[in-house]
Amino acid sequence: MNALLKSRESILVGAILALLVLIATRFAGFVAPANLAAVFNDTSPLIILALGQMVVILTRCIDLSVAANLALTGMVCAMLNVAYPDLPIIVILMLALALGAIMGTVNGLLVWKLDIPPIVVTLGTMTIYRGIIFLISDGKWVNAHEMSPAFTAFPRAALLGLPVLSWVAIAVIIVMAVVMARTTLGRSFYAVGGNPHAAVYTGINVGKAQFRAFVISGTLAGLAGYLWVARYAVAYVDIAGGFELDVVAACVIGGISIAGGIGTVGGAVLGALFLGVIKNALPVVDISPFWQLAISGAAIIIAVVFNARADHSKGRVILKSAEHAQ
Amino acid sequence: MKKLTGLMTTVAMATGLFANAAAAEDVRIALVVKALGIGFFEAAAKGAEEAAAELGDVEIIYTGPTDTTAEGQIEVINSLIAQNVDAIAVSANDTDALVPTLKKAMQRGITVISWDSGVAEDGRQAHLNPSSNALIGNMIVKLAADHLPDGGDVAVLSATTTSTNQNIWIEEMTKVLPNYPGINVVGTVYGDDLADKSYREAQGLMQSYPDLDAIIAPTSVGIVAAAQAVADAGKIGQVNVTGLGLPSEMAGAIESGASKSFAIWNPIDLGYSAAMIAYNLATDKATAEPGATIPMGRMGDLTLDETNSGAMADPFVYDSSNIEQFKSIF
Repeated sequence: MNALLKSRESILVGAILALLVLIATRFAGFVAPANLAAVFNDTSPLIILALGQMVVILTRCIDLSVAANLALTGMVCAMLNVAYPDLPIIVILMLALALGAIMGTVNGLLVWKLDIPPIVVTLGTMTIYRGIIFLISDGKWVNAHEMSPAFTAFPRAALLGLPVLSWVAIAVIIVMAVVMARTTLGRSFYAVGGNPHAAVYTGINVGKAQFRAFVISGTLAGLAGYLWVARYAVAYVDIAGGFELDVVAACVIGGISIAGGIGTVGGAVLGALFLGVIKNALPVVDISPFWQLAISGAAIIIAVVFNARADHSKGRVILKSAEHAQ
Repeated sequence: MKKLTGLMTTVAMATGLFANAAAAEDVRIALVVKALGIGFFEAAAKGAEEAAAELGDVEIIYTGPTDTTAEGQIEVINSLIAQNVDAIAVSANDTDALVPTLKKAMQRGITVISWDSGVAEDGRQAHLNPSSNALIGNMIVKLAADHLPDGGDVAVLSATTTSTNQNIWIEEMTKVLPNYPGINVVGTVYGDDLADKSYREAQGLMQSYPDLDAIIAPTSVGIVAAAQAVADAGKIGQVNVTGLGLPSEMAGAIESGASKSFAIWNPIDLGYSAAMIAYNLATDKATAEPGATIPMGRMGDLTLDETNSGAMADPFVYDSSNIEQFKSIF
């Protein structure tokens, strides 16, 4: 199993490299190290959200409210910054994490305690969170000139050659890699998604594990919310509209099985990077905008087809005699 | 007792007549807005007051519901009918919902026009558009050309490929392009009115066309994102971002220099023109019919098309000289 996953990730790495070569033939500047760093930086929010989504999908759930969570947290951070321009960034960051966690908790509790299907819960909360943005902002924008310079400078401040936004994504990748591979919490997500009945027998509370997955996803969405708003220096109701679909797509491309239980941190990161490369390359390779959507969509479908085939692992026949008896 | 009641009625009628006679001295124009407390409309009311001061015998009643609903506006208009105002100039919350009420007003001899956000043809005598597609198309390329005396490469960052407004404006822009020699439109990209996609497309434009001189974004999301992308790329002064945007949203870009100027309607001019048109129609100095021209004071004349609507003027240009005044308005 592990070997299969490894190979899937190496295939994805190969696909990204092939994509880069293809792009380089049309626009050589794209593969310059500085530009690749910029692409990684641009993909950072997607990586952060995809890692949260990965955990949720592993437990056989889905979180469609991540983009709305991001937008609401971003709006709250921006409005707070306008009201209290002297608030230190660390406080805003903590608040973003907490707010995201609260929204994740709401999703998690509804799924865990009320046993509502996750797609219904998060479809509902997605609309609710967007609605709340409208209520608190009155539909108005928070603009660049209203935000304090420190607020917008944080994600772009350079540290060892990379912007802080990229470093945050790297930190999230490392933390998630450790959590998923080395902690009982991480292993419980795989257990719950892989075989919920078996998980119960080993003493894992399936609902509780799903709840925790939603909290993680929400927290990461909250973190991305502040970074997003600070990076684009604007907050309004529709920011990151439809971004939840990109996040799910990144996971699917990265080999996270929608059926749960299968997927790795590396896969989610590579899936996000694959989408990030396409998104950043399309504007420079001079392809008709009418084709761009079709190309993005085709990439996702090809990945899904590939994954569906890979998932189709043959069951092991344990009773040879019974097989012939049929 | 009966006699007394009769007497009182007569007195009341007389008073009413007297009141009407007094009111007749002033032309009372009601400026009905989508909702009270919105900077854009407060500015329009200021413009209407300016027109009133210029005309002399005009009283402006600035009113509207407290939230942007058609029901609220209907209530307001009903009370204006009861007050027997001379003209109603409305920026509608709904194209059709106001029509029956406004028809009633017209039956009572009240002049009804719509401005900014129009009502269906049945519900008004004339409609004032802030601008026209042709004027906007011309303005967006003019904004770029004004800062490129020797010509240069410009690119368009639009909303979605299917956005009707933007597509028409770009089409109109292409038509007048020969009037701006040296201005070379290198491409049109689509940011889908998403901040992140617009930002990436703007980045892509700067990479694909290293000699790019200006980005024209006729969409408020796109222009803000493009200005941010230019600022982040350190290309302020090299690439000028222009197009259509709101002063409150673009103040930062003007301040940083990423955008030298941009355009959108001027609410003060709009309120001024609406009041002028309402006055001229209410006092029979002009008639609302296809092809007619209605004077609008300092804003020139409004020419009505076959739907009795007309365009006020070129979009108003905002730059560092006036952004401070307007950024708190809308």
